[in-house]
Amino acid sequence: MFSVKIYDISNSDIAWCPGCGNFGILNELKTAFSELELSPNQVVIVSGIGQAAKMPQYVNVNMFNGLHGRTLPVATAIKLVNPSLIVIAESGDGCTYGEGGNHFIHTIRKNPNIVNIVHDNMIYGLTKGQASPTTPKGVKTTLQFDGVFVDPFNPIAVAVALNASFVARTFMGYTDLTIELIKKAIKHRGYSLIDILQPCVTFNKYNTYQWYKENTYILPEDYDPTDRKTAFEIAMDTEKLALGLIYLNESKEVYEDFQPRIELF
Amino acid sequence: MKDKKIFSIVLSGAAGQGIQTVENLFTQIAKESGYNVYATKEYMSRVRGGNNSTEILISSKPVRSFRKKIDLLVVLNNNAIERLRDRISDNTIIIGEKNFVSKEKNSIPISLLEISNSLGSSIYANAVAVGILSGIINAEKTVIDEVIYEYFKEKGEEVIDNNLKAIIKGYEIGKQLNINFQIEKNGYVKKHMLLNGSQAVAKGAISGGCNFISSYPMSPATAVFTELAKASKKYNIIVDQAEDEIAAANMAIGAWYAGARAIVSTSGGGFALMEEAISLSGMIETPIVVHLGQRPGPATGLPTRTEQGDLDLVLYAGHGTFPRIIFAPASLEEAYYLSAKAFNFADKFQVPVFVLTDQYLLDSFYNVEYLPQIQVERYIIKTTKDYKRYEITESGISPRGIPGYGEGVVRVDSDEHDEFGHITENPKVRVDMVNKRMRKLNEILKEVIQPVLFGDENYEYLFISWGSTSQILKEAIEELDIEKVAMIHFPQVYPLPKETENYLSKAKKVVFVEQNVNGQFANLIRREFGIDTSNRILKYDGFPFSVENLKEKIKEAL
Repeated sequence: MFSVKIYDISNSDIAWCPGCGNFGILNELKTAFSELELSPNQVVIVSGIGQAAKMPQYVNVNMFNGLHGRTLPVATAIKLVNPSLIVIAESGDGCTYGEGGNHFIHTIRKNPNIVNIVHDNMIYGLTKGQASPTTPKGVKTTLQFDGVFVDPFNPIAVAVALNASFVARTFMGYTDLTIELIKKAIKHRGYSLIDILQPCVTFNKYNTYQWYKENTYILPEDYDPTDRKTAFEIAMDTEKLALGLIYLNESKEVYEDFQPRIELF
Repeated sequence: MKDKKIFSIVLSGAAGQGIQTVENLFTQIAKESGYNVYATKEYMSRVRGGNNSTEILISSKPVRSFRKKIDLLVVLNNNAIERLRDRISDNTIIIGEKNFVSKEKNSIPISLLEISNSLGSSIYANAVAVGILSGIINAEKTVIDEVIYEYFKEKGEEVIDNNLKAIIKGYEIGKQLNINFQIEKNGYVKKHMLLNGSQAVAKGAISGGCNFISSYPMSPATAVFTELAKASKKYNIIVDQAEDEIAAANMAIGAWYAGARAIVSTSGGGFALMEEAISLSGMIETPIVVHLGQRPGPATGLPTRTEQGDLDLVLYAGHGTFPRIIFAPASLEEAYYLSAKAFNFADKFQVPVFVLTDQYLLDSFYNVEYLPQIQVERYIIKTTKDYKRYEITESGISPRGIPGYGEGVVRVDSDEHDEFGHITENPKVRVDMVNKRMRKLNEILKEVIQPVLFGDENYEYLFISWGSTSQILKEAIEELDIEKVAMIHFPQVYPLPKETENYLSKAKKVVFVEQNVNGQFANLIRREFGIDTSNRILKYDGFPFSVENLKEKIKEAL
């Protein structure tokens, strides 16, 4: 096991609020890297814009902090060009499911071997508290004063419907589960979605640490993620959110296998 | 006046009637028979019906520009003649079905369909047309055999034989028409290659080391995408049809970041969606090469027509201020050369590089003597543990590493950043970084592709153009051959060399020739040099200038 310290950035001035769920995810990510013994120069984190997208600023690996919504096209291209790199596309729910919604759909179809970590706090943080695609109906925000009118986006159901190769959800408060899923996703060959539920202590007074604990459950050990019908039923249940590897499709062909290898150096 | 001997053939018919096939086969037969050939097409934005036309020029000397005149018009549907009325003269001979052509003065009724049916099927009508044209120009029969074999070889012997029979039948008819055709053959033309603008851009990109294309189809830029996809296996080019142009451009930048040499091919409307990525490229100093095939806008505009209306778009694309390079080729050789050079410049200066073409150039074919191999220049370094992606340097260019090559980590950031690539709001670092990025403009100017002067060096009248219009202007000036008249073509339209001012100040009168409504290049020259650029010859009806048309305009301007 590598020391977690090798992924530290010295003197970084972290821009998150005290108590933010992002801190937990940062530690879980670094721990997963160290347990897998990944060299910093072999990993690329591609992020978009938002508080979650600042993640690679605080992790000493290759970084592509690009534009809002565009993590997946960039990550796909990097993987196509250099398949030996471990490529992680990491951003928030607004960036991935809102601004980048079209890329989310088509990257699942293409199935490049990348990990897509989505910090899902069900609110917009950096723009100060507006609804995100995953904000529950009825929740009042700094813009939706009478509460959100529209149904939330269900990323897990969409991913299963698109026959994604690896679909998982976790809560950042469950450290071991989250580390385990990140490690599994990195080892999985194909596109892996990990939707990480997290509180926004400043702007989301509804989906709190307590709320996540009360409204989620961890899938039992004997759960078979390869059964798509059951996975879809679980994905459709928005009353009690299942955590764990919900759907696994190992037969899906990987995008870079259809592309030529190019000489880089 | 030094008019060239040119025989102009126009084929006109509905979409789906196979004009394209006739053009492909006949231009090859003509070239292989030793004639200089040129072909360009204009077509409607539809898959079937309407009326499209292709012009094929045959000449003993190289000919590379659209001409208005028609010597021989081959009519394949009933609305062809009216659409071309203003190009038909007393000398135009018109061939076609009796009911299409009988009212015309110099018409020869020939039923391609009947001749084809007499050979057993209606599907040979196009082959009969190829034959008639080949007979008129006295093409070599062995050449016809070779071209037809090559074209149909995958379809089997029967298809080859039947088509050859139809062509020979047409050939005999063509000879008997006794059309006055007096163009000399030149053996050297056989060694030339025949290609169009899209192929020239694609071949140039390959020569420049392109190994990644991500794009979304859009006329007229799709053919460059298709050509690179065809070459994917031979040259190891990664090809991605992106879900939208936003993805395409972000992918290309991701690909450069990882060490590839990537291009996107698009038109104005698609490029509008890519603008945020151009700004990203400027900020993170990760290059991108953009091929933009212009067509008339705004919005959907005239999807299959031509214009030079997107210079302003690429000049100002992307929020914020950062250097960029814009090329605009006039000829196929230049399209090839600049498309290759774009990759070397992109890699060296770490900026967005544009190759600005248009529908007219992309769809124009002619024989080209030689396309030199361009040396691929690579500037990637192996990183060390303490690598700083944005090291402040005198030139403004920071050595570019890629992830996984060397011990360092490569950190790029769309936020303002310090030398390591870390987000910062420090005002001093901000100013240092802006200045560093802008210093690259001086480096680019050191290697600027210089403008090209043509005509009388002791000029008083100077015509200025860029992109495909320059080639038409050149032929017009060459044929007028008037003293004290010259032109300058700008293959690189931004940034502009200081010498531009000297060229312009020597002239008594400067006239800009452009295919857009507002004289975008003239405006740019005024912006950069404060020179009066108010004399402008502009065209924006969706069709290119013809040599004849420009000759008139030049005479009026003197």
